[in-house]
Amino acid sequence: MRIEDHPILGKAERGKRITLNVDGEAVAAFEGENIAAALIASGRRVFRYTAKRMEPRGVFCALGRCTDCVMIVDGQPDVRTCVTPARDGMVIQTQVSRREGEATHDLEKEKD
Amino acid sequence: MEKTEIFVVGGGAAGMAAAIEAARAGAKVTVIDENERPGGQLFKQIHKFFGSGVHRAGTRGMQIGRDLLKEAREAGVKTRLNTVVYGIYPGKRLGLVCGDHTEELTSPIIILATGASENALAFPGWTLPGVMGAGATQTLININRVLPGRQALMVGAGNVGLIVTYQLLQAGGDVAAIVEALPYIGGYGVHASKVRRAGVSILTSHMVLRAEGNESVERAVIAQVDEKWQPVAGTEEVLEVDTICLAVGLSPLAELAWIAGCQFSYLPALGGWVPVHDENMESSLQGIYVAGDLAGIEEASTAMEEGRLAGLSAAEALGYLSHEVAETRKIEVQERLAALRIGSFGDGWAMAKKEFLRARCEK
Ligand SMILES: Cc1cc2nc3c(=O)[nH]c(=O)nc-3n(C[C@H](O)[C@H](O)[C@H](O)COP(=O)(O)OP(=O)(O)OC[C@H]3O[C@@H](n4cnc5c(N)ncnc54)[C@H](O)[C@@H]3O)c2cc1C
Ligand code: FES
Repeated sequence: MRIEDHPILGKAERGKRITLNVDGEAVAAFEGENIAAALIASGRRVFRYTAKRMEPRGVFCALGRCTDCVMIVDGQPDVRTCVTPARDGMVIQTQVSRREGEATHDLEKEKD
Repeated sequence: MEKTEIFVVGGGAAGMAAAIEAARAGAKVTVIDENERPGGQLFKQIHKFFGSGVHRAGTRGMQIGRDLLKEAREAGVKTRLNTVVYGIYPGKRLGLVCGDHTEELTSPIIILATGASENALAFPGWTLPGVMGAGATQTLININRVLPGRQALMVGAGNVGLIVTYQLLQAGGDVAAIVEALPYIGGYGVHASKVRRAGVSILTSHMVLRAEGNESVERAVIAQVDEKWQPVAGTEEVLEVDTICLAVGLSPLAELAWIAGCQFSYLPALGGWVPVHDENMESSLQGIYVAGDLAGIEEASTAMEEGRLAGLSAAEALGYLSHEVAETRKIEVQERLAALRIGSFGDGWAMAKKEFLRARCEK
């Protein structure tokens, strides 16, 4: 949920409206905010699944330190979404991290 | 291009204050920070600070942040943003990553002010989405302006736990309770009363036992604990929360100081392993200074004063300040620091800092 009015910070100033493609669905975002903020605002909690046990992970540090929030962004895996600005038309996919030595790939392929 | 005489790594309260002091004295200073804008944690601190007038009590952290950036600009401090320092090598060479390229830079003096990272707490279910650092929550609500969930459980009643709880309420969120394993509240009384007045109960001698949920947190199970932190049978309680915030302390972000080869000391009152430093904030390595949370977890106001000390000492070492002038200025800062380090927390900090000086003298 977005915080519009705030007793101390006032009204939120946001950039231009943009649209992200997240796992094939359109998600509204604002220019200038990071990908994770837009995804959390849209109600998403799971950002990736771990390699061995396919456990879900989401935002943990929001500072770019823990790498729990990594996703595949425009084809590139392991992008820390909490410190990466959202851009119009970005294609974002839930990431499944593979075991060491194997390439990281996306959920769709996993299902095939 | 003019050659930088001091690289400051980290543009938070400590790094900016250090840069301002050194640049005002005439040194050529560049601050390197991995973020898009400097300020470190200050911009998420939307509450008023306390302390005395000279410590800018009553001013909100974010305003102090804005003032520091303005002062830095006026003093001629340069900034390199979106740049991560990944290592320090012999000869004071800094390894930088900026976008898709790397770079190596060197300067006669380096000031490390990399801040802290939040401690985690492991319990069954702690890796579920919805469990996050209290600082992460603070970043989401005050910087990104999004709520992480509908209702939260706060773990830890130190200052960060109390402040972030209150800020969640201000942001329109809901907090079911604060649990604290200790039998008492660690944070300041004023913060605790504010939270209580807002209707959030602080459960001391309570712990989170586990987080439950399918793909993300759907509930938390808490229980009362005895003095050995063991759950008391029959006191389990289920809270319908979708977010669990961990406010269980900070640790100095000391990787760069380790890589550089600085000597360390283990001081629990200051957050764990801390690089040893003298009263000028110089580490065990000549020309490498440390300040702020990296030099021991305290508060934003102490971080700024330590930064000033480091900046003044660095300017003196470069010959921009005479010994007499530098000493007079440093004594002023030391006095303000001493005033900040009184009270229940402060005494511990002051003692721990004295340990360092003793360690240095024995060397
Ligand atoms: C989440 C959180 C909440 C806090 N809340 C409060 C509070 O409410 N009130 C209070 O008094 N104190 C609070 N503190 C305590 C803290 O002492 C002060 O807030 C103060 O900001 C510390 O200043 P600093 O300059 O040492 O670190 P920071 O403000 O953290 O600044 C360090 C900067 O260095 C950057 N950095 C680190 N490593 C690198 C690298 N390798 N390369 C490039 N850049 C790097 C970081 O991104 C950051 O911008 C909080 C701390 C945290 C972590
Ligand atoms: S949440 Fe930790 S890196 Fe993004």
